[in-house]
Amino acid sequence: MTDIVHRNPQETEASRAERPARAGWSWNTRLVGVAFIGVLLLLWEIAAAKAIFPPMSFPRVSAILVTWWQLVISGELPGEVLPSLWRVFAGYFIGVSLGVGLGLLMGYVRFFYNLLEPITEVLRPIPSPAYLPIVILFLGIDDQMKIFMIAFATLFPVLLNTYSGVRSVDPIQLQTARTFGVSGRKLLTRIVLPAASPYIFTGMRVSLAVALIVMVISEMVAASSGIGYFILAAQRGFKVRDMFAGVLTLALLGYVLNRLFLAIENRVLAWHYGYTQQRS
Amino acid sequence: MAPSGTVLRVHDLHKRYAAAGGATVALNSVDLEIEAGSFVSIIGPSGCGKSTLLQIMAGLATATSGDVFFGTTRVQEPPPDVVYVFQQYTRSLFPWKTVERNVAFGLETKGTMSRDEIAARAREMIALVKLTGFERHYPWQLSGGMQQRVAIARALACRPAVLLMDEPFSAVDALTRAGLQELLRSLWRELALTVVFVTHDVDEGVYLSTRVVALTRAPGTIAIDMPIELPGPREQIATRALPAYLDCRARLLAQLFADEGLNGMEAA
Repeated sequence: MTDIVHRNPQETEASRAERPARAGWSWNTRLVGVAFIGVLLLLWEIAAAKAIFPPMSFPRVSAILVTWWQLVISGELPGEVLPSLWRVFAGYFIGVSLGVGLGLLMGYVRFFYNLLEPITEVLRPIPSPAYLPIVILFLGIDDQMKIFMIAFATLFPVLLNTYSGVRSVDPIQLQTARTFGVSGRKLLTRIVLPAASPYIFTGMRVSLAVALIVMVISEMVAASSGIGYFILAAQRGFKVRDMFAGVLTLALLGYVLNRLFLAIENRVLAWHYGYTQQRS
Repeated sequence: MAPSGTVLRVHDLHKRYAAAGGATVALNSVDLEIEAGSFVSIIGPSGCGKSTLLQIMAGLATATSGDVFFGTTRVQEPPPDVVYVFQQYTRSLFPWKTVERNVAFGLETKGTMSRDEIAARAREMIALVKLTGFERHYPWQLSGGMQQRVAIARALACRPAVLLMDEPFSAVDALTRAGLQELLRSLWRELALTVVFVTHDVDEGVYLSTRVVALTRAPGTIAIDMPIELPGPREQIATRALPAYLDCRARLLAQLFADEGLNGMEAA
């Protein structure tokens, strides 16, 4: 038989070996961006030192960093971040689970699409701060309310993307599964869910940003703890450096959560990046 | 195992598609019996309904009227001992599974074998299609011919009685196709399979098969049902030069050309 091997493992190894070079280059370009942030902070520092804006509301960067560090080691900031994190994770987990579940159901069973699509389209466009007062009426101002707010807001991006993902599963893959006698719930977990996973992750990434926004908003409106509460309380108490330190903490929190998400996504969807690259 | 008798029987099969301004008839009264251990090719012009016929035989599509029997049972759902190999291997293989996991798919879903047995069978099948060393690769890391071999290994892993193949080699280059034809012939002999093979390529049909069935243009009916008896083992160059081979080929081509109104275009 003719040997019809076109791509051997050596070639794959070779293309893998190319990667460090490219990675090094992209690190260089990243450094430019990091340096740019440094320059902006330096300009801030100079502007603050020259008192271009009222120093009361525009402290030096160095002063903010010192304050931030003091708040970290005193345990005050970690004490505010932890309840916020708990609310984000609990709400996000509930929202994503419901979104994936309902999205699969709507994509898979026509009846549930007909049942749930109109109400989804009515509820989805409402900005979450608008229903916050209603939620407070029913759930009070405790964690329950914030977790509900986050879950409700994160539900829709995941639901819609999961639905699109299910609808776009290749019919050939479904037929292939059928020839192997796979149907019903097995078809859902073995074929539909993995095939739709790139879409689901897109929805989850959007929802993560939404979760942080709703967390801060709900903590600013009604809370006695959490990073959103901390920032607003600092501003009202004229502790401007504390306020900036809180915003800095939020920036770090968002950055770390996003990195964590990307790391997980890269692991779970490694096949997808290779697959789509191969086809383009 | 020495298979004998009829494994698949198609009886008075009709298929109509509803279309704007009336129905399109795809298949019109098709009767076909597939003997166990035979290699039957179904050829015909594109759009004649040969793929539709195969899908109905596989239980993947429904007929407007008529029946398909696998053994004594009427086919309504894909029967467990019949496996279908798709033309579009890039879409049929699961891109999130490695080669080994793709091959193991049918075994895993059956759930009758232990994890170790499944892994052993998958490796055995991968060796059979000469892909040892690629177990951990993803399908999209392989060439087209290798991917179709993965699909064949996945189909054979369940030890099916019948393999239904829909133009499985039409998307690969000529040399790769020759290699895949040899592989399929040897698997058919070694595993005592029954193969029903849809192709638009008369040469491929005659070379591979023990019998060729030609369909007419839509509405598809059987125009020719011809046994292919060729002396000696099949061999890509020598077999294709045999008078018996050329005779079968000429008769089938004449039928297809007549059907298309293509006869002696240059002379006229």
